[in-house]
Order: sequence, then structure tokens, then C-alpha cells
Amino acid sequence: MSVVAANGLGLTFHTGDGDVVALSDVNLTIEPGEFVSFIGPSGCGKTTLLRVIADLEQPTSGTIEVNGMTPAAARKARSYGYVFQAPALFPWRTVEKNVALPLEIMGHDEAQKRERIARTMALVNLTGFERKFPWQLSGGMQQRVSIARALAFDADLLLMDEPFGALDEIVRDHLNSELLKLFAATKKTIAFVTHSIPEAVYLSTKIVVMSPRPGRVTDIIASTLPAERPLDIRETPEFLAIAHRVREGLRAGHSYEETA
Amino acid sequence: MRSSAVPVLVVVLVLVVIWYIGAVLLNAPVLIDTYTRNNIAWTFPQLVLDAWSQTRPVLPSPHQVLIDLWNSTAGQAITSKRSLVYHAWVTLSATLLGFALGTALGIVLAVFIVHNWAADRSLMPWIIAKPDHPILAIAPMIVIICYNLLTGQNVLSQALHLDADSARLVSKALISTYLSFFPVVVGMVKGFRSPELIQRDLMRTYDASSWQVFWTLRWPIAIRTCLPP
Repeated sequence: MSVVAANGLGLTFHTGDGDVVALSDVNLTIEPGEFVSFIGPSGCGKTTLLRVIADLEQPTSGTIEVNGMTPAAARKARSYGYVFQAPALFPWRTVEKNVALPLEIMGHDEAQKRERIARTMALVNLTGFERKFPWQLSGGMQQRVSIARALAFDADLLLMDEPFGALDEIVRDHLNSELLKLFAATKKTIAFVTHSIPEAVYLSTKIVVMSPRPGRVTDIIASTLPAERPLDIRETPEFLAIAHRVREGLRAGHSYEETA
Repeated sequence: MRSSAVPVLVVVLVLVVIWYIGAVLLNAPVLIDTYTRNNIAWTFPQLVLDAWSQTRPVLPSPHQVLIDLWNSTAGQAITSKRSLVYHAWVTLSATLLGFALGTALGIVLAVFIVHNWAADRSLMPWIIAKPDHPILAIAPMIVIICYNLLTGQNVLSQALHLDADSARLVSKALISTYLSFFPVVVGMVKGFRSPELIQRDLMRTYDASSWQVFWTLRWPIAIRTCLPP
């Protein structure tokens, strides 16, 4: 069974300024164990699509299933962990209390909480920082805490909305390779929104290229890169070929044109 | 440190000097009157010294006030009715009780306002545009009216069964209740509303109940907005 199956999915926002078509006729499946990136310029609906999967937005046409259920049922079954653009940590809670937040809400007992906090903190390489407060950590570390929080309750699907968009390139490179290790270690399915071509190609097993006005899918590329990916794989011809195809997909969708 | 302390000390010194001069000016007429009646030849330095040490002066001089302040605090058992510490506690207890009552009522009303659209629309304008009663000017009236309500023959006093001392305390506490109530409501409503969309979305992805959102998100933010630690 597919983790996500969208068929003719569309979403139109009704605003005072007229209708805005955020998504139009999106057909897509995400299989278990895939790392799927959504790439495109701002306004192409990639974040909206992720939010539809998470039941944070309601589609206005077409169908979508998450783990064979409606997105609402999947959300209520706590089928996914969501990582937002900003860490969204609660400043009055320590790092470990932030990671424990979903566990508290879902009613895990103390022993389970301790075990899961220790395990996820190790996964994001933050062991030893449990008692710190968010403001004592760098931006990259805060975003790792928010990833730990999304992993804490062991959902099989991880939805990530430009999680590294606000970080500098060096930190970003580092977190990208960490994320690949985490992906290999946990065997989770990951849906990842980005506007960086190298990031999308480096991370993904499948790249969904999207274009704006209206938001739609212009290309879906299955990556030919091996599972093991050192950072300098980005200089190989194979990598550059995929990056080129992504760029072609964006061009075909007029993503590079200025429209006021 | 030095830069801010010096100007303040200079101003205090000037005020003390003015006070001492004022004590001479205001106490002099009575003293001169006494000198004349008792046929005492007086000099100006003597007048000044007498003015600063009169037993029942029109304006006591600063050192007399300090001595009396010392005698009525450190010089008395704190349980004595002549002790200022005792009277300070009488005032403070009413203030604290009122503050507690005002804060509690304010929080309850704020919770009601954020959860009820009609309450928000109907009450918030009144609370923000709180009628600026000169509350301290009419405080004695309020205290007397409340005291009589709490001890007289009526349903309220029969329901509460307060003795005279408690009734006195509560009626004074109502003044500080009134004063603390409005800022608490406004602050808490603002705090309850301040969680960002991203934080509410996060709670939604956990399928958190509105009760859980209240206790884990809205309450901690509101209490920090309203009463900074």
C-alpha cells in the first residue's frame, strides 16, 4: 500500500482578491521507504501539498489517501511527524521537554518517554544537550531538536517543510548528510519540501518538480544515485545529470520566468 | 553607578534643605508669640534651633520625623498597635488578598473571553475602555458600603458569615481587586491569543485536544505575558 496516493488533487484558495489556484491536478504516489523531495519556486504549491498530506489544508478537488486513510484519519492515528520551516520549539521547555511534548500529548508513560527521548536525541546527535533551553542552541541544533521531536513518537512518515531553509550552507550540508544517515537508520518514508536543487538531488530517491500559477507537477524523477552518498557525490556526472533534468523540468513549467 | 547616584543625592539634599527652611518659617509665628508672651529676649539662631526641636510643631523637621519613624518601628513590639510594622501588615494583607482575588477573577474571565466569541465581542471593549473611576478618591465610600453589606442584615452576609475583622479586610481588599483585575484580563487575553500559527499547527499534527492545547501552549505563554517571571 502506498504511503501517499493523490489523484487529480486540487486546491483553490478563495481570497478577497479572487481565487488562487494553489494546486491543480496533482497525481502522485509515495511508496514506503522512499525519500521524496518536492522542489519548485515559491508559490508552486509544494508546502500546500505537504500541508494537505498532513490534513492542515483541505483539498477542493480530487482524492488523497495517507496510509490508505483520509488525511484526517491519518492525522488522528498520528501517522506522521511534521518538521516546520522554523523549529517552533517552546522556549519555556528544555530540549528534552520539547522532545517529550508529543509523548505527553499522546499519553506515553515516564519510562517510555525517557527511553524515546534518549533514542531520538542520539539519532540527531544531540545527546548531552537534554537540559539546555532552546535559546542556548544554534539554529541548526534547534532544527535538529525539532526533528527529534517529530521522530519521538515513531511515526513511519516524516513530513519536512524546508527544514534547513533558514540555515547557512555549511550547516545545511552537514544536516543533509546527517538526515541521510537517519533515513538509512530508521527506514522511514520522508516527504521533503525544498527550493534547493542540490539538496533535492542529494537527498532524494524521487524528485517531484513543481511549477507555479497554477501549482502543478511538471516532472517526477527517480534518482539513480546509490543509497550511500558522500557529500562529494555532488560533483559526479550522474548527480549533475539529475540536477540538469530538474532544471529542465522547472524551465518547462516556466518557473524561471518573471510574472508579476 | 556614580553618574546616576550623584544627581539623585543632590536633589535629595536640596529637598532636605528646603524642608529645614520650611520648618523654621512655619514654626516661627507660634514661637515668636510664646517668646513675646513670656517676655523672653530671643535671637535668630535660638529661634531656628527651637523651630527644629518643637514638641508639637506645625512642620516637624526631617530628623524629628526620622526619630519618630525609628521609635514606631524598631522601638515597638511588632504586635503593638503603636507599631508601624503592624499597621503596614494590615494594609499589605488587604492589598495582597485583593491582588489574589483580582488575578483569579481576571484569569477566569480571560479564559471565558478567549473561548466565547460573544463574551469577547461584548466584554472586551468595556474592559479595554475601563471607565477611569477615580477609584482611590471614592475608596472610603466603597469600603464603608462593602463593610455594611458584609455585616448587615442581608442575603450576602448570611451566606458568607464573615466576622467583623474579615469583613473589614475583604472590603478593603476589593479596592486592590478592582485595580489589578483589568490589567490581568487584558494581559491574559493577549497571552492566550499569542501562540503563533506554527505552534497551533504543530499541536494539530499531534491531534491534541483543545484542553491539551490550553495547558501545554496557551497557559504557559499567557502566564509569561501577564506576569513576567
